[in-house]
This record gives sequence, C-alpha cells and structure tokens, in this order.
Amino acid sequence: MNDKHTLTCIVCPKSCRLYVENTGSGMQITGYGCKRGLEYANEEIRESRRMLTATVTVRNGNLPRLPVISSAPIPRRLFDACLRELSMVVVKAPVKLGQVIVRDIQKTGVDIVASRSLTKREG
Amino acid sequence: MSIKNASVDVAVIGGGPAGLAAALAAKEAGADQVLVIERDFELGGILQQCVHDGFGILKFGERLPGPAYMERYIDAVSQRDIKVMVDSMVLELTSDRTLYVASPIEGLVEVRAKAVVLAMGCRERTRSQIWLPGTRPAGIYTAGTVQRYINMEGILPGHKVVILGSGDVGLIMARRLTLIGTEVEGVYEVMSKPGGLTRNIVQCLEDYNIPLYLSHTVIDIHGEKRLTGVTVAKVDADRRPLPGTERFISCDTLVLSVGLIPENELSYDAGVELHPVTGGPVVDECMATSLPGVFAAGNVVAVFDLVDYVSDIGEIAGRAAARYAAGESNDGPAIKLNPGANVNFVLPQVVHPIHLTEPVAFYLRVKESKESANVFVKSGSALIKQVPQIVVRPPEMVSFVLTPTEISRAGNFDLIVSVE
Repeated sequence: MNDKHTLTCIVCPKSCRLYVENTGSGMQITGYGCKRGLEYANEEIRESRRMLTATVTVRNGNLPRLPVISSAPIPRRLFDACLRELSMVVVKAPVKLGQVIVRDIQKTGVDIVASRSLTKREG
Repeated sequence: MSIKNASVDVAVIGGGPAGLAAALAAKEAGADQVLVIERDFELGGILQQCVHDGFGILKFGERLPGPAYMERYIDAVSQRDIKVMVDSMVLELTSDRTLYVASPIEGLVEVRAKAVVLAMGCRERTRSQIWLPGTRPAGIYTAGTVQRYINMEGILPGHKVVILGSGDVGLIMARRLTLIGTEVEGVYEVMSKPGGLTRNIVQCLEDYNIPLYLSHTVIDIHGEKRLTGVTVAKVDADRRPLPGTERFISCDTLVLSVGLIPENELSYDAGVELHPVTGGPVVDECMATSLPGVFAAGNVVAVFDLVDYVSDIGEIAGRAAARYAAGESNDGPAIKLNPGANVNFVLPQVVHPIHLTEPVAFYLRVKESKESANVFVKSGSALIKQVPQIVVRPPEMVSFVLTPTEISRAGNFDLIVSVE
C-alpha cells in the first residue's frame, strides 16, 4: 500500500505543508519547518485529536444554554458520539466555571466541564 | 422628566475585554470612582458567545474558551469597588466628557467623568454594506448573530447554510453549525485568499470537509418570506462576476462573515479624530485620543485578532485615564509612526518621547504575505530597529516593542515602519 497525503501544520502561523507518505517500511514525513511540526504530523497520523466545545441545555439559568469544553483533546472520530451524548444533557442552574458536566465522556478518560458560571434566573 | 446626576473619575464605555481590563487598571492606578457601562444584561462582551477555545495563550499561557477568559476579569471587577451598570446604553458623549446613559433601572443618567475610556468594540458588516442584490427574505444573518443565537440563546437559525466570506467568525461558525447538525454547503470568498487565520481554515473547514470557494461571491438572493436559495458565481481579479459560472444553491440560511468595523458613533459625535484606515480613533502610547481625557482601547481602535492584545491595551488606557483624572498631563512634543512599505496601519500612531519610561508595544497589519520578513523602523535613513519575522500575513497582526532609548533616537522626526 502506498498512500500519500498532505496536512497543514497548525502549530504556528507559518502553516507549513506537511507531506505524509507510507513507504511500506514506515511513514515518511516531509515539509515540516521545525520539530514541533514533525510531532504534530506524527500525532495527526496516529490519532487526530481536538478540543471539543459545545453547549448544553440549562434549566432555570439566566441563559438557556451553558457553554462546555473538554478537559483535554478528544479523538475526532468520537466527536459525533460525544455531541449526541451532550444533546441529552440537562443541567440545573446555578453552575460554576469548571464544574464537571459529564465525567469520562464516551470512555475517553476526558471530562466535559462548564466554560462559565451561570446564576439562577430571578423570579 | 428628571435626570439623575453622577460624577466619576473614570467612565468606561463597554464591559468587554478592553473595558474590563481598563476598569481594573484604572482602579489599580488609584482612580477612586470607576464606572463600567454595558448595554448587554451581563459583563463580558462578545467573548461570552465565543465558546470555542484558544483565548489567553499570551496572557495566561492557556487556551481558554471565551466565557472562561472573561470570567477571570468579571470576578476581578466584582471583587473591587468598581460600579457596573448593565442593560445600559450610552446615548451621547460630549467633548467635555459628559455621558448621557439610558438605564431601565435608573432612567436617564447624566454622568460627568474626569476621564473616559472608549471600549465599544466593533460591529459586523451587514448585507447592505456589501451591496447584495436580490429579494429581502428572512434567513440572512451576520456570523456573530448566528453565534449568539446558537451558543447563548439556543436558537437554530436554519437547516441548510451557505456562508459568504471567510473571516474567522465565519469559519468558526461553519464548524459550529456542522457540529450541531446543520448542513454547511460551503464557504464563498470573493478574494483569491482566505480572510481568516490558516489554523481556522484547517480546524474549522478541512476537519469537517467543508469546501472553501475562493474568488467566488453571492450574486443573487432568492425567496419571498424565507430564503430559498442563492446564486453564486466566480469572479475575476477585479471581483466582477464571470458570466457562465453562475450556480444556484438551494438553502434557507445565508451567513455573512464579511468584515468588522470599529464602532465609533459616540467617538465621532464627541469630536474624536478617527483614522481613515483603522476606522478607529488616532491614539498615542497611552491610548489617548485627540480629545483631552478621552482614551480608547480594543477593537474600537482597530480590529485585533488576539484578545490578549486587547486586554494589554485596555490596561494601558485604564492606567492613563486614572492619571489624567488625577490631574497628570501627557502633553509635549509628539512624533508620528507612519506606515511604510507593505504596512496597512501601525498602532499607536503617535508617541511622546519625553514622557516614556517603559517600552511601548506597537501593532501593525501587513498588506501582503511574506516569509522571512523583517519589521524595519526607520527615522529618515537611520535604522532604529529591525525585528525578524518567520512569516507575515494580513489576517495576523504583528507586534513589536520599542524602548524609550530607541524612540529617543528618532529625535523630532517621524518614524516609518515597513515590513520587507
């Protein structure tokens, strides 16, 4: 199997084009401008991970949505499953910044936490 | 009708990142009465709707979501003796620093301020500012409006979306809309290069296989009550649609990400000198505007791409406002920093060499991308400073610092800043 593809490095603004080629004996990465770019390419090949940010439903909050964020990057292939799970979540106000909303989402070992505090709606 | 009266040392217009940094710094610098006036129901500004992460890398060494970045400032404000008026709108600022504020709780309030910090941020360009032809149905929004609907108010703007413009907010909304299950047909950009940061092209479009059509624009809008579709076309180098390239796209939502403009209606009416390129006040190293006692910070001055810079500038403006309120003056001989080759604008535009005790941070935006470039600061033919850059691009601001000694070497001559 000989597949070849291109990545754009997102480590710094230089945005190097990275070329990844499976030579049969291993992955050959070219085009990186520094060590961090090489690391980024290696991680992207192994498992592309990103921070997941979303919102969940809030009851009695001074806003109807609570922004949330993953406590660490999550494999992108699990984003759909995570978002489906988060769409079922209902949180009650008040909420504190950093409060755990979902523990160990989709068995990733990563928590989903509140991105802000929300007070209870008055009245 | 009765008008309430109030007197403060420093009045800050706008409770976003620039305004809160300014209020905290003014208090820290000894201003007794500091007032923040915010028109939304809470402090925080636009960052409250920016739920994605990446804020605070320079300021805190962390990649925070927007609301978490702001909560640090909101908490700090609440712990100090700073007066906050929310749901309140400044209707007028006079040249002698009287503010007329409309508040649902206090009614109309006349605030006399010894110093004022303008921190109103910026606004999005709308449909009428880009001359979009066609019918006028519902379903056409600016990217920031869609962001607020989805992330704060829980309103779904539509089901199938076309995005016009590749500014950062548009790219971020392409990703957000996809994540919540809305179909994003594509992003169309009239220029031959993307408007947003490269890492947003990768993380927001490429990650989700959303196509980006460069040198394309929307040439017609269809639908009566609700948007039913748009016609897109390729454009030539002069942005004229090319006949024969038209394509109809069925959609119920068009999102516009076609640029931001500093919001300066209050500044303009007060008589503050505005810069023709930035659209914001002309400022000196203290963020003082042309109007005595009126300072400016953040996106009201020029559109920044990092909130970290906005907070830094807010602190400078707040400290200077506190000093002015205490009776200190920053008058004296001034020199200008003028944009040279490949520089669109440089901030601050004016410095007062004799008052400088600390290094001054400058911000510029280039006209063209270039690798292995240098920022050159020159006084006549004398080179004052050279700062190497790995790469420069128009969407990414360049920051550099000049020390008081370096600035003093200019003598009384203006400085020219170029990037070559």
